[in-house]
Amino acid sequence: MGLEDLQHNFLTGRLEDLVKWARTYSMWPATFGLACCAIEMMSVGAADFDLARFGMEVFRASPRQADLMIVAGRVSQKMAPVLRQVYDQMMEPKWVLSMGVCASTGGMFNNYAIVQGVDQIVPVDVYAPGCPPTPETLMHAILTLHEKVRTDDITHRGPRDTSAAAVGTLGSDEGRDTDDGQTEDGESTSGWTPDRPDAVHLGTPKRNPVIARSVGEPL
Amino acid sequence: MTAADPGTVTAAAAPPVSDSGGGSSRLPGRPQQDVVFPTRDQYVGVVRGYRDSGFEMCADLCGVDYLSHPGRRLPEGVAPERFEVVVNLLSLSQARRVRIRVQVPGSDAVVDSLFDVYPGTEAMEREAYDLFGIVFAGHPDMTRILMPEDWEGHPLRKDYGVGRVPVQFKGAPGPR
Amino acid sequence: MSDVKATAATDESGAPEPHPDTVVPPPASGAQFLQPGPGGEARGLLAETSEGVQELSRRSDTEPNELRREVGAVLRLPEGVAIDPSDIDIEQSDDETMIINMGPQHPSTHGVLRLMLELDGETVLRTKPVVGYLHTGMEKTGEELTYVQGSTNVTRMDYLSPLHNELVLSLAVEALLGVEMPPRSDWIRMLMVELNRVSSHLMWLATNGMDLGATSMMIYGFREREMVLAFFEKTTGLRMNHNFIRPGGTAADLPDGWEDDVTIICDTVMDRTGEYDELFTGQPLFRQRSEGVGTLSAEEALALSLTGPLLRSTGVPWDLRRSMPYLRYDEVDFDVIVGTYGDNFDRYSIRLNEVRESIRIIRQIVEKMPAGDYRVQDKKVTPPPRGRIDESMEALIHHFKVFTEGFKVPEGEVYVAIESPRGELGCYLVADGSPKAYRMHIRGPSFVNLQGLPVMMRGGLLADAVAVCSTIDPVMGEVDR
Repeated sequence: MGLEDLQHNFLTGRLEDLVKWARTYSMWPATFGLACCAIEMMSVGAADFDLARFGMEVFRASPRQADLMIVAGRVSQKMAPVLRQVYDQMMEPKWVLSMGVCASTGGMFNNYAIVQGVDQIVPVDVYAPGCPPTPETLMHAILTLHEKVRTDDITHRGPRDTSAAAVGTLGSDEGRDTDDGQTEDGESTSGWTPDRPDAVHLGTPKRNPVIARSVGEPL
Repeated sequence: MTAADPGTVTAAAAPPVSDSGGGSSRLPGRPQQDVVFPTRDQYVGVVRGYRDSGFEMCADLCGVDYLSHPGRRLPEGVAPERFEVVVNLLSLSQARRVRIRVQVPGSDAVVDSLFDVYPGTEAMEREAYDLFGIVFAGHPDMTRILMPEDWEGHPLRKDYGVGRVPVQFKGAPGPR
Repeated sequence: MSDVKATAATDESGAPEPHPDTVVPPPASGAQFLQPGPGGEARGLLAETSEGVQELSRRSDTEPNELRREVGAVLRLPEGVAIDPSDIDIEQSDDETMIINMGPQHPSTHGVLRLMLELDGETVLRTKPVVGYLHTGMEKTGEELTYVQGSTNVTRMDYLSPLHNELVLSLAVEALLGVEMPPRSDWIRMLMVELNRVSSHLMWLATNGMDLGATSMMIYGFREREMVLAFFEKTTGLRMNHNFIRPGGTAADLPDGWEDDVTIICDTVMDRTGEYDELFTGQPLFRQRSEGVGTLSAEEALALSLTGPLLRSTGVPWDLRRSMPYLRYDEVDFDVIVGTYGDNFDRYSIRLNEVRESIRIIRQIVEKMPAGDYRVQDKKVTPPPRGRIDESMEALIHHFKVFTEGFKVPEGEVYVAIESPRGELGCYLVADGSPKAYRMHIRGPSFVNLQGLPVMMRGGLLADAVAVCSTIDPVMGEVDR
């Protein structure tokens, strides 16, 4: 018996909405600022771009108290196990926002020292491009994540279907016309669409869409 | 110990080479830097001599791997080797710098540590060891500092690849 | 741990192995992942993040040599004299000391710095900083990029003052090229670099305030910093990591109306420094938390190669802008701020006043900015103006060659250093006549300044450990490169 067993009727539908609303508007980020993106993340939390209006200005130092891990910066080989350890210590439900190109794909550092994309280590929900992403971009990424949480199934985390042209990646459209075969069905890939909020990223390995039941179970 | 005369340092007593800096015209207060080429045996003695003659701080210590260099200018009597350890000393009282370049052979990449002369070289020597494999004898903690402890290989050597992961781009491969 | 320590001890004191050309195996690397750490934590987690021989071991397990190094060697004792470890003037209780780990993921270590602390109650006995968590292989990347692209790489090292990194690389390349820079280019660079110093010190004030508990300072510092970043965005196109100062000059000229923007920034920040003064300088809490904390003496600072505000706080008036001027610093008037006691409060006040001095310099730059070229008119180095590409085939080819192949720099080597907000930022460049650098080494001031951390923290309280980390103002990007 758990949330997964609920039938989607009126009563539990309202409960789901409440749960999703609560998760969205008090999503506390964990401090995982690594490099330059961390400075922009701090700027987002500061006065001009105020993240507190979304209930997120409390950056929890302890991963046990955090919901969202914003991986802000380049992840080196030495830092990778630490990243995974912090992610494992976070309690469900948890989300990961990969901020900046270094965290998303390795960025301009395609070399021995940097993990080429943090999605090699943790499952990522939203990617925010930029070097560093301006605070507006980061806020857009956070709001996309909020939409995803608010409109998605509360028991579901991760991409529903990796072969469909579901969207969630921000950034330019011209990066999408590569020949990887996943966007063949011609659906528009600009921006996010609220009814298909899954984040799909080229190259993400296929995953079992059922959520991991216990902390630390490899996805 | 008297100030080390740069002229006596190199094996054949050649005068020190002045660096090719100073090309930028707006360096009015910047004097030329002397470059000195001691052998491995003379190295610590020379550095100590400079310290005693007013070079209070060691600004920088790094390694260079000349494996794939087309040809570098060295003064007479200095036998080129694969590695070089480059030490940059700074004299605050005289507002002067001096650069010391020691040739270190690739097959026997050991050189004396400057830790007892300048304790500030501790981290810099560890970095040179980590990235080049040059071992500094007498260093109190000769371990890797930047790479993970169990990393194999010394990344900044010229025979160590960049480790580039091929990226799936449409179109021709570029220089990167 | 004792047998592990025994293995490590021979490496510390004995002669190194004769064939380091082959891989030097780290001593006893695999075995310690399975041994219980101090305190017997869960082995599984320890295995993931253990640093092997870099871990701090108990005082009782440490060789006297190592202890001497931590306590006495930095003072450059006469050779042959060893300090008796029991002579150290810290009261040791009978309880066992505790070794704890701070970081690398920690809100107050200013990035991914890992500190291993040996504590006796609340007193810090020994510290060992472990770095490398942000190692990006930038020096290796620098060998793969042309000089034109070099600033994009270097600018991300010290990401709080990116224009300084670009400047030092450009100065090194120009020294090897032997080009004469036009005056306006020097003045523009000076303007950008001083504004960057202001924004970096404001950021330091913000994070230092936050580390000491004054969270409102975080907001104030970022508020002013946003003004400077808005100007940067207007001029360079980016808020951070600008790639604006390139070998040969700057990427573009200053926008129209820059004097007004800069004057507004100067006036506002100068006013607000008065507010920060009120918030900090007179407050008894702040004074108690920073006076006498993290003290350094001038001999220690020089022996450890510390530079920047750390060195100046001990009373040594060394500022490269004054002592070995570059750009046009000899044509502007400014004071070098020097401290007396070498404690945290001195460093705070140095940085606050450096903001004021930088504003003073910027005002002079606004008055004295000459007209002219913003980049050197040497065809080999500088691309043509964008407008001409449409008109002239030669300009198009020239542009193409500069941006794809790059320009060649004659063979040579040079070391150039400038004063970044953290200290002496140096670039040692070895060129081999090709368009790519053969070896580009950046002497990051924070990398060297972190050596002062064990000395400054020794004997202090744990709460002061955070303050000491903050006062060094380390930027892990340039520590690890």
